Amino acid sequence: MSEWTKRNLLDLQQVSKEEIELVFQTAKSFKEVSAREVKKVPALRGKTVVMLFFEPSTRTRASFELAAKRLSADTINIASSSSSLSKGESVLDTARNIEAMNVDAIVVRHSSSGVPKILADNLNASIINAGDGCRAHPTQALLDMFTIREKLGNINGLKVAIIGDIRHSRVARSNICGLTKFGAQVTVCGPATLIPRGIEHLGAKVNYSLEEVIAESDVLMPLRIQKERQQEKFLPSIREYAIQFGINKEKLRRAKKDVVIMHPGPTNRGVELSAEVADGEYSIILEQVTNGVAIRMAVLYLLLGAKGKPAEEK
Amino acid sequence: MTVSKIMDKEGIQRVLMRIAHEILEKNKGTKDLCIVGIRTRGAILAERVNACIKQIEGAEVPFGILDITLYRDDLTTVDMQPIVRETLIKFDITDKKIVLVDDVLFTGRTIRSALDALIDFGRPANIQLAVLIDRGHRELPVRPDYVGKNIPTSIDQNVKVILEESDKQEDQVIVKGRKSK
Repeated sequence: MSEWTKRNLLDLQQVSKEEIELVFQTAKSFKEVSAREVKKVPALRGKTVVMLFFEPSTRTRASFELAAKRLSADTINIASSSSSLSKGESVLDTARNIEAMNVDAIVVRHSSSGVPKILADNLNASIINAGDGCRAHPTQALLDMFTIREKLGNINGLKVAIIGDIRHSRVARSNICGLTKFGAQVTVCGPATLIPRGIEHLGAKVNYSLEEVIAESDVLMPLRIQKERQQEKFLPSIREYAIQFGINKEKLRRAKKDVVIMHPGPTNRGVELSAEVADGEYSIILEQVTNGVAIRMAVLYLLLGAKGKPAEEK
Repeated sequence: MTVSKIMDKEGIQRVLMRIAHEILEKNKGTKDLCIVGIRTRGAILAERVNACIKQIEGAEVPFGILDITLYRDDLTTVDMQPIVRETLIKFDITDKKIVLVDDVLFTGRTIRSALDALIDFGRPANIQLAVLIDRGHRELPVRPDYVGKNIPTSIDQNVKVILEESDKQEDQVIVKGRKSK
């Protein structure tokens, strides 16, 4: 079994397949902890984890906070709207001040790509990227992969389709990176304006036909149209997008019998996914959320312990 | 380095059978009895003790596996996080008589962690401790209820229980290193 030596988790490019396997194995154990009556273990007693969110978040923040708490770490939340950031303090200054209070890990989300990297280069605390701009969202990809493996047994050889706003999606980029590491064939699909040029270099195929993609895929992962990142007009209208690229029961008739449908959330029902599909038999959206806590527990546990040398066996 | 074998396959089997008898004697049968092994080798031994109990009484008792990694008292000082494995306790331990099984009893710290971990699952009627080897050098007030064999050791010796299931070698117990005078 591989050993974990990283101090930060910025993206999946920096971690090996073996390290991801270790995260999965650890997460499997932590899933059991969350199913107990007393959902708490003392593994990170005395550690402090700060959630530094410069962008709105429900799932990821709650998930990280629960993960930290179930490991007995203390957590604090800093949201940009209610902090000194709105008074003009720079991101790095804010982070440095937080670190000066002796915190062990900072979970950061920011609308600009690379902010977690800047923090990692300048601080001693462990930095966990909870989404930076359009670049990376490693824990989301890890939980997606973990869920796929749990449901379908294996990732190798699977056809995974990511559908929708690929251009603005850090989830898509992290998933392409992680899934291809495990031998999946990833296809991206969406309106041409939302498929970035050069996405093939990350290892994904491009197919503009939703019909073809639905027919051949084992996993369908529609993404939310990110209205907050649509200042330019990429789409004629949301309604037109829903008609062309939204997944509904009708279109799913052509899908494989054991197809699974995932969504990183939040879902815009009736746009990328019809309500009946989101709640339907193929959907594993809520399993993703459950697994998210276990994956984040695993990441926190591994990151906050790694100091370099392997521990002795008991 | 000297290596001496202090127990062979048959020896281990006899000891486990004796412990099974002792457990049944003390608990007056299998009522409310549960067996929980500490990963990795304690779990294997626990399974074997359970098999012995079945042989004697004709009934198996609920069996669980405990991973104590998350409850270790040295987690903040080790350099690398140890690998966490699954804890499998699928029954309610409240008001049950739990026999905790481990391979070697040494400092007692593992058992301390195991007690903490067990209590998180409920409030058992009592917890008893069975170990294959007691090698002394306790650092905590822990006392076993069932002992396979007492082996006086020096602190720098290493006692290793080798089991077919985990080590792919024939069962045996060996002591490594010389006893300091």
